[in-house]
Amino acid sequence: MRVALFVTCLADTLYPQVGRATVRLLERLGHQVTFPQGQTCCGQMHVNSGYQREALALIRRHVETFADCAAVVVPSGSCTGSIRHQHAMVARRLGDDELASRAEEVARRTFDLSEFLVDVAGVEDVGAYYPHRVTYHPTCHSLRVIGVGDRPLRLLRHVSGIDLVELADAETCCGFGGTFAIKNAEVSTAMLTDKMRHILATKAEVITAGDSSCLMHIGGGLSRLKAGVRTAHIAEILAAQ
Amino acid sequence: MTTFLGMPTAPRGVGHLRGDDPFPVAARRSLADAQLRRNLAKATATIRAKRAKVTAELPDWEELRAAGRAIKTRTMAHLDRYLEQLEAEFTSRGGIVHWAADAHEANLIAVDLVRATGATEVVKVKSIVTDEIGLNEALADAGISAIETDLAELIVQLGHDRPSHFLVPAIHRNRAEIRDIFLRQMDGVDPGLTDRPADLAGAARRYLRQKFLTARVGVSGANFAVAETGTLCVVESEGNGRMCLTLPDTLITIMGIEKVIPTWTDLGVFLQLLPRSATGERMNPYTSMWTGVTPGDGPRQVHLILLDNGRTAALADSVGRQALHCIRCSACLNVCPVYERVGGHAYGSVYPGPIGAVLSPMLTGIEDNASLPYASSLCGACYEACPVQIDIPELLVHLRARHVDEARRRWPPGLEAITMSTAAWAMADPARFRSAQSLGRLGRVGRRRGVIGRLPPPLAAWTRARDAPVPPAETFRHWWSRTHGDAHDRP
Repeated sequence: MRVALFVTCLADTLYPQVGRATVRLLERLGHQVTFPQGQTCCGQMHVNSGYQREALALIRRHVETFADCAAVVVPSGSCTGSIRHQHAMVARRLGDDELASRAEEVARRTFDLSEFLVDVAGVEDVGAYYPHRVTYHPTCHSLRVIGVGDRPLRLLRHVSGIDLVELADAETCCGFGGTFAIKNAEVSTAMLTDKMRHILATKAEVITAGDSSCLMHIGGGLSRLKAGVRTAHIAEILAAQ
Repeated sequence: MTTFLGMPTAPRGVGHLRGDDPFPVAARRSLADAQLRRNLAKATATIRAKRAKVTAELPDWEELRAAGRAIKTRTMAHLDRYLEQLEAEFTSRGGIVHWAADAHEANLIAVDLVRATGATEVVKVKSIVTDEIGLNEALADAGISAIETDLAELIVQLGHDRPSHFLVPAIHRNRAEIRDIFLRQMDGVDPGLTDRPADLAGAARRYLRQKFLTARVGVSGANFAVAETGTLCVVESEGNGRMCLTLPDTLITIMGIEKVIPTWTDLGVFLQLLPRSATGERMNPYTSMWTGVTPGDGPRQVHLILLDNGRTAALADSVGRQALHCIRCSACLNVCPVYERVGGHAYGSVYPGPIGAVLSPMLTGIEDNASLPYASSLCGACYEACPVQIDIPELLVHLRARHVDEARRRWPPGLEAITMSTAAWAMADPARFRSAQSLGRLGRVGRRRGVIGRLPPPLAAWTRARDAPVPPAETFRHWWSRTHGDAHDRP
């Protein structure tokens, strides 16, 4: 089917390989991918930091850009969550009910990558090959805001060659939290340290997740420690052959 | 936009709703305390496991949570009516109701009531609201000693410490520390006291038994007040509450106005939700309920002080008022990764953890607790655990917006506000966004690969513990234009 990619501002700017992998994967599965050029950012950072009025322009842009798309795929549970639970809320709070209803329309047709693959495309074995020891961190927003459940794990279990190992305390936050990592850097670091301790205990060479932001946080910590563990977005693993 | 009616918030200079330091500063002290970290991690993990087990065994747990939320929502919508009903029923059964607009008024009323009895000592049931208003200090100023009778509250009181958890106020202490406190501060304690839990409890029992038998005034909070009969309810584990509620001649109960519930049927829902969420028990050991004065049984004088102290201001915020639904179970504290690492003291208020991060600023006004709504990574574990489905992440985001909107009235704007509006301006238009991305690629100068170990402020806090990625040679959108061209860009 025809799917529009919302690549997210973070992947677009800092992790283009995640966007490329998402395109490669979707095209390999027979979908026609479009990239609406008007897209920028969903506005989540602004909303979560209290700058809802500033976010409104970003929300309007997002809604206008994706208004006519039959399905929007996002390689991020967190941005999907913002589109689904914050766009209409902010528009309504700031008195734009019309934008709120249009945002709800777009949200209904927006899917996190793992949701799209399992629920819409109906596929769990995407034909990937990834001969590495991998552990999976379910990011908080994919887990608790949009409720992806075990979809990412079901997709990963079908990857051939993968040595998928379980992460202890997997469902505990890594400490990223957007500007939380700056405003409460020390608490965030304490949370990250525990997350890294559990990752290192798995002896995995790759830590994967469905959000580039959390991976930037975890990967930044592992890199600082020269831990010898790298991060890979789940799209990169599923696209690998 | 939400309209605020200018309702008074909890006054400054009395009680314990405000800390001395902003959260990040107070948190730094806790993070450096290895023993505290160990105590908290162990205790919260134990309670988490117990709670998970007993909530999983109920097939209708989610329906119970939804019912709890519905009852609280309905009660808040008609709070005036239920409070007047409670007053009428409580009074008709021989009790006396007092209304207190804030902590000062509540303390004055309570002190006068104790003075009228001539007592110089009161025994207390564990109560967070009396700590909120600083009742013990107010009583002490009037020459009246307040004796905490809950074991953990006693540990905190004897240790000249502050509670750090709703339910386990001494959760930050281990048993060796408790033994030291008892040996130092408890009158008549056996100098050979060991740190075995049974010995520690035995020492407290001997100490408290004397207090119960001599006390003429008891002071309590209330978990619930049933409007239809004017019945008050206290839920506890140790039996000390039952002693305080039945032995003295005079019983003074102080209760936040949000604790009223309409009917006994509603109480049935909360008595299922609370113990399972709080201690991970199917039912708590002691549930005491009293309805006015019963001739020949229990206290002769029964008072109820209904406290506002910022609650009406919270009620005036149609989004924020959910914070008043809280039944103080502490499930959100126990599952919170931030609380687990910093403990309750870092929040500076008697209401710590995720619910405290929203409730405290709502009671005091945001400017007095401005760092608290940011003391969360918005991971959502609290919302998932809350027995009355308070959407704490939504409330945190809401309070952050209120805080930012209040700051807009001040000039000049801060660095963060300027950064945020610049970022929004740049990202509201794809051409400007592309330019910003090109600017960001300056970060590649001198380091084509690898990582950035040091960023300038305000991002410097990131690179104190984490590397940052070097911007790639090509953004995604550039790659797309190069490989897929503009022809594919129509939706």
